[in-house]
Amino acid sequence: MTTLFAILFYAATVFLVAGLAMKIASYWRTPAPLKIPTMPAPRTQSGVALRMAREVVLFESLFKSNKWIWVFGWMFHVGLFLVLARHLRYFTDPVWFWVEWIQPFGIYGGMAMVAGLGGLWARRVFVERIRYISTPSDHLILALLISIGVTGLGMTYVVHTDIVAVKAFFLGLMRFDWQPLPNDGVLYLHLSLILTLMVIFPISKLLHAPGIFFSPTRNQVDDSREKRHLAPWAAKLDK
Amino acid sequence: MAKPDIQTPELKEYVEIPALKDGAMAHSSPFVAKPDHQAALGFPGELVDNWEEVAINKMGDLLNKYRSFKVFLDICVHCGACTDKCHYFLGTEDPKNMPVARQELLRSVYRRYFTFAGKHFPKLVGARDISKEILDEWHSYFHQCSECRRCSVFCPYGIDTAEITMGARDILDAVGYGQKYSNEIIGKVHKIGNNLGLPGPALEATLEDFAEEIQEDTGVPVRIPLDEKGADVLLITPSADFFAEPHIDGLMGYAKVFHQAGISWTLSSYASEGANFGLFIGNYDNMKSIAERIRTAALELGVKRIIVGECGHAWRVAYSFWNTLAGAGAGADPNDKYAQMLQKQLDPRYPIPQHIIEFTYDLIQKKALRLDPSANDWRTVTFHDSCNVARASGMGGIEGGQFALPRAVVQAVCNNYVDMAPDTIHASTFCCGGGGGLLTDDLMELRIKGAMPRMQALKQVVDEHNVNTLAAICAICKSQFTKALPFYEFPMDMIASVHQLVSDALIMDPTEV
Repeated sequence: MTTLFAILFYAATVFLVAGLAMKIASYWRTPAPLKIPTMPAPRTQSGVALRMAREVVLFESLFKSNKWIWVFGWMFHVGLFLVLARHLRYFTDPVWFWVEWIQPFGIYGGMAMVAGLGGLWARRVFVERIRYISTPSDHLILALLISIGVTGLGMTYVVHTDIVAVKAFFLGLMRFDWQPLPNDGVLYLHLSLILTLMVIFPISKLLHAPGIFFSPTRNQVDDSREKRHLAPWAAKLDK
Repeated sequence: MAKPDIQTPELKEYVEIPALKDGAMAHSSPFVAKPDHQAALGFPGELVDNWEEVAINKMGDLLNKYRSFKVFLDICVHCGACTDKCHYFLGTEDPKNMPVARQELLRSVYRRYFTFAGKHFPKLVGARDISKEILDEWHSYFHQCSECRRCSVFCPYGIDTAEITMGARDILDAVGYGQKYSNEIIGKVHKIGNNLGLPGPALEATLEDFAEEIQEDTGVPVRIPLDEKGADVLLITPSADFFAEPHIDGLMGYAKVFHQAGISWTLSSYASEGANFGLFIGNYDNMKSIAERIRTAALELGVKRIIVGECGHAWRVAYSFWNTLAGAGAGADPNDKYAQMLQKQLDPRYPIPQHIIEFTYDLIQKKALRLDPSANDWRTVTFHDSCNVARASGMGGIEGGQFALPRAVVQAVCNNYVDMAPDTIHASTFCCGGGGGLLTDDLMELRIKGAMPRMQALKQVVDEHNVNTLAAICAICKSQFTKALPFYEFPMDMIASVHQLVSDALIMDPTEV
């Protein structure tokens, strides 16, 4: 099992990193030929950075749009952030001080994450409009994320796993010096689900994470009258 | 003309989110463009034999040219935030008019041909093979979007359905399956210079009539010049200002303001159109060649400034795209000969281009106009933010100037002003229901139903504040409201041009002879 998971984690990491890099490169390379910020838009680059920060951290537009989706969505994402931060302790030795500090919040994060996902799923099932636009993959991704959260919380509260050994395993992976993974069904399940998440990330709607930074309606400055904005393919049409 | 048989939605106390009625608007589809309409724009005359291949190739081409198209097709998470934001969904109850559902009509095909998941697990991610049914569905539902961008305000990633609609229409044109209304009109601009197909001599005669009318009204000889070399200002205005009501009153308003300001100006017969329907069909080449008529006219007439009349999407194209499309702006690279040619000629002390509202606002600020707002005391006015002005352009060089300046102008010439409900104005404004290339009789049912949210907000201020005037700065909004208001039992002539209000309050100086 140790060998299998070691190989799978290397493969999934390569797939995740390479897949994301390719997607980001293609977003980067594709020009935005016209100025299309959703107005009113900031008139300076720093204003745009602030607008983007509000979108990414506070989900500003979603807040304006729908308070329920905002509450559940924000809860899930902040929870996920805390959980990821908490998990850094498995990859750092010695553990960074802020990771140490954040540990208890990571637990609450895990609960918030599962609760938020539950709310989002309930809306997907019970709100007619959202049910209409849902595809099977939308449900499966929610199921996947909730299962990751539940197995994680399960190992914290119900069936403890040998986290010292888990840490040794991951540090071993990073140092190419493999250490045994504890023989534990729930842990295997938790890790398998995470592997799945890593693999689907660059080929699914989870691309919204890097994608939002490339969204022309949110990342453009309102300066079309002051500066000529020209994509390379469009410049060739000037005669 | 008798009212077509349309079930006008009932206006309630507030807009309710409707239960879904699948297929409620499946029958609504505009006339398909005729071969000569298509050919004039460089598109195939009719549906080509290998249209499936052409459509997918065109989609691939757009994916490489437009970051918006590529990113927006990838990143939607189906969160549902946009589902209750579209006026066409609220008015028609058809679920395919929810922005995300409209996007999915195209996204499902994108997935099938361009993504790993869609190629290998189509059912799982809702991917579909392209088919004639899908093409017809595109022709129908991508002509039930007015590209008003309201959904993009509320999307957590800023996904703008207008970009998807434009892409879809560009694909439809590329396979020979375009829309008659827009393409026929674009052909007229290319050939004659305006959407009406009104040739120079006829335009000249029309303008003389207007000048006479102003003289009869005011006793002042106000000129409406055409093709006058050496004028300071080139006015580009939608051709509806030459023939439709209340647009004409707006045009006469501009003329009176120019007269009072003592600034020389001219219209151009070659570029006698502010509208640019190239935007609506999402076709860069057509949009550019229409914009270049204005560039050519400005260069030939040797003007120092370009001012744009009351037209929503024209202002979007002018404010946001003219610099890109035709070099009509500022800040071109020193080596950019194309843009420098025009930018060196234009006076950099003024915004290029400038909106007629910005122009009049500046004059009011400088106290260069004598105004008597009591002339409008019989009116209680509200202002409709046109979608393309509100969400796709700016004014005054300040964030939100597109909301503040028109209101400041209206309030300078009218004593009685009220806004509609806050969630229906400014960036959240509801489209009139006729924008984006839908202002055609073959889409009347859609237009009337789509006007419902705006009419609901209007009803509230009519009931509570006795509003009797709906002011707007968009030719399409004005025409659309003229049609839609009676369906909702409002008087048709409630709709007014902002410069009509200015005109009524403007005190004209008697000319010294």
